[in-house]
Amino acid sequence: MTSEPFGDLIDRCRAAEEDLVRRWRADVAASLRGRVSEIELDKELREILDALLSAVSASDGADTRSSAYGEVRALLVDLSRARALQGFSPRETAISVFALKKAVRDSVGVGPEFVAFSDVIDELGLFTFETYAKAREEVITNQAEQLLELATPVVKLWQGVVALPLVGTLDSARAQVVMEKLLQTLVDTGSEYAIIDITGVPAVDTQVAQHLLKTIVAARLMGAECIISGIRPQIAQTIVALGIEFGDIATKATLADALLLALGRIGVDVTAEMTKRGL
Amino acid sequence: MERLPILKIGQMLLVSIQVDLRDDMVVALQEDLADRIVETGARGVVIDITALDIVDSFTGRMLATMAALSRVLDADTVVVGMRPAVAITLVELGLSLDGIKTALDVERGMRLLSLAGGTAR
Repeated sequence: MTSEPFGDLIDRCRAAEEDLVRRWRADVAASLRGRVSEIELDKELREILDALLSAVSASDGADTRSSAYGEVRALLVDLSRARALQGFSPRETAISVFALKKAVRDSVGVGPEFVAFSDVIDELGLFTFETYAKAREEVITNQAEQLLELATPVVKLWQGVVALPLVGTLDSARAQVVMEKLLQTLVDTGSEYAIIDITGVPAVDTQVAQHLLKTIVAARLMGAECIISGIRPQIAQTIVALGIEFGDIATKATLADALLLALGRIGVDVTAEMTKRGL
Repeated sequence: MERLPILKIGQMLLVSIQVDLRDDMVVALQEDLADRIVETGARGVVIDITALDIVDSFTGRMLATMAALSRVLDADTVVVGMRPAVAITLVELGLSLDGIKTALDVERGMRLLSLAGGTAR
């Protein structure tokens, strides 16, 4: 049953399983400092050890890429993903695997076959780390996407008037998202006026202006008019200093002024509307 | 060859582009449009491109040519229903279609034309 490179190590591990798990758990728990409960940890480690011992005793037990290690790998993926999402450091994640080496050494003792076993653990440790890094990258990508979504709300101010309050720096990628979202909203809501409020944009350079102009021209092509609002005094200075021309595009100092302009152009009588709604 | 229909509604002509445009269709459409404006004495032309999802510089120029053509024959042109992706593409191509009126949908386009026609006469 036991394959050659590991000698009777596996059988000895099985015999001393309780002691092994106890030592292993103690080591891992010390590094995690109580952020994972003992019971949960015990269950995780027992599953991994069980799967690992069966994998090692398979005929190609020295090759961690073999199908015998399928279950071990799946368990390790779960473990490192969970750790990555909970915000544990790479070291704290990898120790869960590497601590097994020490536990085996202390509990079963070192023989010549320990070297082969140690290689297997090293390989699995690296695998855990790789998965951890991958999971973290996924988290970062998701967050970046969420941020992009979050940062570009399009709000309806009136029937036929939408506003796009821009907050934060406008780079090319974001400008593209903003542009698409605004134009799509114009179509969806059938709005003829869009107010782009740049109060939250820290700096306006030629590139930002270029993006704004493109958006406005595209909106015009679709039959909607854009008004730029929220131009702070310093921004106005910069725009003039850079020689940016907004042409015949309406620009207003505040969102309120822009809304008033849009309402005037649509021909809304605000007082009449309020009376109608009983306000 | 397939020809695009030009519909007369009151004093206006409606061209609705529902299929992928080939260059020969565009040329035929321009000829037909000029003929129809003269024939009907239409005061406005509504070009509906809601179904158009791919544009190139040729399509952009077609719209400009058709508007210029109508203007010579004393009819206003409104391009309606342009999709966001199409608008972005035209802007990236550097075609801003100056001098062409635009509206979000056919209804608004027709209202725009009747308003303009009302003040002109």
